[in-house]
Amino acid sequence: MFDWIQHIADWLVFDLLNLEKGARLAEALNFFIYDTTKILLLLFFIIFLMGIVNSYFPIDKVRNFLSRKRLYGFEYLMASLFGVVTPFCSCSSVPLFIGFVKGGIPLGVTFAFLVTSPLVNEVAIGLFIGLFGVKMTLIYVVSGILLGTISGAILQKLKLERYLTPWVQQVLANAKKEQDEFLAEKQTFKQRLPIIWDEVLNILKGIVPYVIVGIAIGGLMHGYIPEGFFEQYMSKDNLFAVPAATILAVPMYSNASGILPIVQVLVAKGIPIGTAIAFMMGVVGLSLPEAMLLKKVMTFKLIGIFFGVVTLCIIISGYLFNIIL
Amino acid sequence: MSTIIKILGTGCPKCKTTTALVEEVVKENNIDAQVIKVEDIMKIMEYNVLSTPVVVIDEKITIKGRVPSKNEIIELLK
Repeated sequence: MFDWIQHIADWLVFDLLNLEKGARLAEALNFFIYDTTKILLLLFFIIFLMGIVNSYFPIDKVRNFLSRKRLYGFEYLMASLFGVVTPFCSCSSVPLFIGFVKGGIPLGVTFAFLVTSPLVNEVAIGLFIGLFGVKMTLIYVVSGILLGTISGAILQKLKLERYLTPWVQQVLANAKKEQDEFLAEKQTFKQRLPIIWDEVLNILKGIVPYVIVGIAIGGLMHGYIPEGFFEQYMSKDNLFAVPAATILAVPMYSNASGILPIVQVLVAKGIPIGTAIAFMMGVVGLSLPEAMLLKKVMTFKLIGIFFGVVTLCIIISGYLFNIIL
Repeated sequence: MSTIIKILGTGCPKCKTTTALVEEVVKENNIDAQVIKVEDIMKIMEYNVLSTPVVVIDEKITIKGRVPSKNEIIELLK
């Protein structure tokens, strides 16, 4: 499917730049051009596709759906699925949280959405296909959705409402199943397209530098870290590897675009895939900046419990990956 | 009476871009408008929005959750 990109890369490096085939620099450059082109193309398609889906599922519609429908236990899964198709930037997490609570959506369901949304989104999916292939992507997406669903259900059971900050409790007390008449934008596909297109370009503009730097760093690591280097420290038998990687990752923040190319190299150099994915989920899903934002709506105790439960779920899924794959 | 444009946002990059764009458009087109940034989350929530940035023109929500283009802002201010 991507042969033609390889041809272009070959032509650029070996014909146009006239570099010698087999030379280290030439091969590295060739690989870099091939990889970036392939990944950016995939990202473009996935982001565009998700943009279309999202245009018909705006966040307001999602909230009305979750608030109105009786879902008999499936609400966590639904919220988690909506998290996949509804991108939101982390700075929107507070308005979103309040908005959900205000609409009478249970806390656990809101958490399910908040956990899945940063983990599984158009950028992560595009990169995952480019770096690990379709099968791994499916496994990742399913586990990301389950992670959100299960964490959400656990958090609901803990009855955490009393740990919200006072003004949010006030909002909660006044919450009603709002039949917020949502002004459905009756636009034709033709009218939507320019808006979707702008959004695609905006997202791409934001992540392209990270992707390129990520792939470049990945490329360098490829060249200089010996094969199987990490195996001695982080083999599958080392039971502490998964929790250690996860706990190390939680305070760090990067979006999927920066971290994934590096994770791919780590896996190539011998870090078990489960450990690597746990690390990535920790970096992308939870972070100190996010905790600071949530401080406006949650007490420290609640943030602690939230992070604790999600971290635990990430560690468990890391072990599971290592066992199955 | 001059138009009141409120930009709701908790201070994320997208919100800053939006504010800058709106201010630019107002200036370039000599529009009689006052641009106000609303960063207090409790005030933002009074508008019942779920994603930021939001552009509110004379108390009417026009754009939410994305950075508008310059042309769009001009259209809205007409």
